Amino acid sequence: MYAFDVTRPKTVADAVAALAGEDAQALGGGQTLIPTLKQRLASPAVLVSLSAIDEIKGVCQDGNVLSIGGGTTHATVAAEAGAYPALAALAANIGDPAVRSRGTIGGSLANNDPSACYPSAALASNATIVTNNREIAADDYFQGLFTTALNEGEIITGVKFPIPQAANYQKFVQPASRFSLVGVFVAKYADGVRVAVTGASENGVFRWSEAEAALSASFSAAALEGLTASADGLINDLHGDAEYRAHLIKVMTKRAVAAAK
Amino acid sequence: MTKISMTVNGRQVTGDVEGRTLLVDFLRENLRLTGTHVGCDTSQCGACTVHVNGLQVKSCTMFAVEADGAEVGTVEGQQNADGSLSTLQAAFQEHHGLQCGFCTPGMIMAASSLLKVNPKPTEAEIRHHLEGNICRCTGYHNIVKAIMAASGQDVSKIAAE
Repeated sequence: MYAFDVTRPKTVADAVAALAGEDAQALGGGQTLIPTLKQRLASPAVLVSLSAIDEIKGVCQDGNVLSIGGGTTHATVAAEAGAYPALAALAANIGDPAVRSRGTIGGSLANNDPSACYPSAALASNATIVTNNREIAADDYFQGLFTTALNEGEIITGVKFPIPQAANYQKFVQPASRFSLVGVFVAKYADGVRVAVTGASENGVFRWSEAEAALSASFSAAALEGLTASADGLINDLHGDAEYRAHLIKVMTKRAVAAAK
Repeated sequence: MTKISMTVNGRQVTGDVEGRTLLVDFLRENLRLTGTHVGCDTSQCGACTVHVNGLQVKSCTMFAVEADGAEVGTVEGQQNADGSLSTLQAAFQEHHGLQCGFCTPGMIMAASSLLKVNPKPTEAEIRHHLEGNICRCTGYHNIVKAIMAASGQDVSKIAAE
């Protein structure tokens, strides 16, 4: 790693101030960023660790909305997001136990890895991404490979998930990395069904609108029978070609619908 | 350099570290606690697993300054007070849960973290919990068996007799 300083502010305000410095970079749980630094693929002057900021940690329910602080670890979401069981189950299967002890929901969403789990939950739930100065709808937030609506120095302080009537996440695990080769999050709300796919597209998480329409009309795996997910723009690599991933999208969506509760 | 202090295996320690100093390097180089191993240095293998404030972490994927003020547990702190092997360590020995032994510190720390929250895990739960710990010798069967035995369960029917 190149040399850098690490600061540990205790408030969001202090973190925002620190991030205004030249070549400053936010550090969440570090489970992606630290390996990146080791490979010398990033060279910040200062890392602003968000792990000492208590005001962005924790899970709380307010009516039909589950709010999760941006600095909340996957392990905490797995243990405390019982009001949204599909979300808690997703968190419980990210990476491995050590990754879940450190990795945070804000860090995952800010990084927007095309194979990460959380982006699918946020997009399928039409969650609201809350930052230090605004709120962003999930539909506007995800903008492509490792690209989001966040500005330089902007911190995710929380995520607000509307709790669905039924939901489920199915991940076809890439066994070496524990990321999703294809992951599908299905969430059923009073006004319709949303289906978000991760791991598959070269542009990151996306909604499968044909499946959403079919499932909104009839919420059953059978409603998906006539559909085929398009292989256009899907990831083609040694772990699976685009046609294989397209096939998996349908299989995982059907499984998610069958298991949704 | 930043001055940090933490409790490691119940002992108060201090040291001066750079921002980029990893927790594993602080443990091994500054404190000479070389039981914690660096296997891959890419956050895959889990040989460097330690406990920070009771939680299992990969010490190669956390900066030492982030552990400032924390309680850290390493494999050197796992033995009984009289220096004898813990129940878990003894079970690894009894059931041949290691061959070369390089992954063993991480396996012990991961397993003890599991048994704290789940005193009688099933074989499937153990395998799920060990997903971040790689062993290239054993094929895992005897590691799983040792952990089941350490939790007081009958292992006579577990694979790899």
